[in-house]
Amino acid sequence: MMNNILVIPMLLPIIVGVLLIFLRTYGRLQAWVSIASMAVTTGISFYLLYKIQTDGILRLDFGGWEPPFGILFVADSFAVLLVLTSSIVTTICLSYALISTSKELQTMYFYPTVLFLAAGVNGSFLTGDLFNLFVCFEVMLLSSYVLLTLGNSKRQLREAIKYVSINIVSSWFFLVALAYLYGSIGTLNMAHVAERVAESGQTPLLTTISIVFLVVFSLKAGLLLYFWLPGSYSSPPIVTSALFGALLTKVGIYALFRMFSLIFHHQPEITHTIIGIMAALTLIGGSLGAIAFNDIRTIAAYNVVIAVGFILVGLAIATPAAMEGAIYYLIHDMVAKALLFLLVGTMITLSGTSKMAGMSGLMKNYPLLGWSFFITMLSLAGIPPLSGFIGKVLISAAAIDSGSYGLLALALLSSIFVLYSLLRIFKNCFWGETIVSKEEQPPLRKGVLWPCLALVLLTIGIGLGTEGMAPYVTDAAETLLNPEIYIDAVLGKIQ
Amino acid sequence: MESLIIILVGVLTTVAIYLVLSKNVVRVILGTAILSHAVHLLILSMGGLKLGTVPLLGEEAGSYVDALPQALILTAIVISFAVTAFILVLAYRAYQELETDNLGAMRGSDDE
Repeated sequence: MMNNILVIPMLLPIIVGVLLIFLRTYGRLQAWVSIASMAVTTGISFYLLYKIQTDGILRLDFGGWEPPFGILFVADSFAVLLVLTSSIVTTICLSYALISTSKELQTMYFYPTVLFLAAGVNGSFLTGDLFNLFVCFEVMLLSSYVLLTLGNSKRQLREAIKYVSINIVSSWFFLVALAYLYGSIGTLNMAHVAERVAESGQTPLLTTISIVFLVVFSLKAGLLLYFWLPGSYSSPPIVTSALFGALLTKVGIYALFRMFSLIFHHQPEITHTIIGIMAALTLIGGSLGAIAFNDIRTIAAYNVVIAVGFILVGLAIATPAAMEGAIYYLIHDMVAKALLFLLVGTMITLSGTSKMAGMSGLMKNYPLLGWSFFITMLSLAGIPPLSGFIGKVLISAAAIDSGSYGLLALALLSSIFVLYSLLRIFKNCFWGETIVSKEEQPPLRKGVLWPCLALVLLTIGIGLGTEGMAPYVTDAAETLLNPEIYIDAVLGKIQ
Repeated sequence: MESLIIILVGVLTTVAIYLVLSKNVVRVILGTAILSHAVHLLILSMGGLKLGTVPLLGEEAGSYVDALPQALILTAIVISFAVTAFILVLAYRAYQELETDNLGAMRGSDDE
């Protein structure tokens, strides 16, 4: 099925972003235009998701070059679900930026850069070509470098140097892996690669190459190799942190799922075992980090790490239930992490410090903020009926069925650590003596809670509306576990 | 020919890793630039060197070279060019603000 509409989630943000560069001085206009364009992208993603259910996997061959010769976009339920979620989250983060960020940030190309980031993210989800995946990653990363440095505090510059260097090295590994893959099987079209790897039965050489890919995407996703993450996610302005927390690591996770379910799934006793061990270590490291710090932004950043470990447990087990659970949790986590960062950022703006010691009794003056945080906490801990619940249940059930009790124990323990780390923030910052009196309290900027409330509703909605999402998620998991569906859709039926 | 190029890639990577591991920001940036050259050579040699003539229709030749690696490298060069330009500006700005180009002095955070 050819379909030109597939390119819009990537093309529209780029075109609008380029146009906005010329409207630099009009901060509010830029905000509204970018919100509108992301809303349109959201609508189109809904349409695509619906269309996939009736027509099967969609694809767009650029320039009419039939696969495996051209570059193409492939939309299956998994990719489009993520495009949809990331578009919604970006829209909401942009509206938070409209309300809360400073004038300087708004006129220093903030909105165009966010749109380029969104284009890179959507492109990475949709592309069906490994080299194109690299290019989309770089589009996304370059935008993230710019966003990380916008705001110009000393801490940001310092963290940006580390972040950019580590990403240059990981992109280098990506190119090395691509070179070896091309050298050994002579193609970079994902479906074609998958077919040829399957024909060869995944020789040891290919497994080695898959490990290089694993290193690359682990660096991007923060799976075990997350040492760069807390510093760079806790230094930029809060909207940027929210976007990073919600989108960037998730693209790495998406790539890991795609690589190890579509292409390198013939030697699970090697690759999936390594992924399982890495996920376990990530859960341990993230949990320790989340309770070790007093800076609430750092705690939020470590919560991102825990979620990465948790989702990858699903990939390591790789049964249908585990895959569904991982997809649910991935969607939930994009929403909940954006929400967590936005709330934490609002708290920091109100109290002027990011230390827990400097905040107390916020609940009395800002009850709505407090209860939003409470719901976020429950959602991240996996309490029903919120969105985190279904993912945790499915992954845990799958872990029991496949006998991975070690992973099960760590996954459940990590939930307790998540709850503890956030409960600590809740207890210290919202309960306790109110240090600022009602008269002196800095006013909450008008409307600043609307985007947060939208995300709260979304997390409740996903939790309650799981039934409605189920067919899409089941379809996504089925395509992931049966790569031949994807390959047939791209290369045509093989007789 | 391929073996020679692969050895060259190895040498370049060694040099680059030595530079990246130093504490001076400018050396690190030079290191990343050399890293990207190394991987471009690697991609080039993966396509096979000197196997045929230019891949133009109408050239009457027995075999053509694989044109895809060149296309990949061209894209990768453009990207690494942009990234290097960005990190150079970033390093300069960081030097102005932090008054150091020593990575060892950039560790930790303000408040610890």
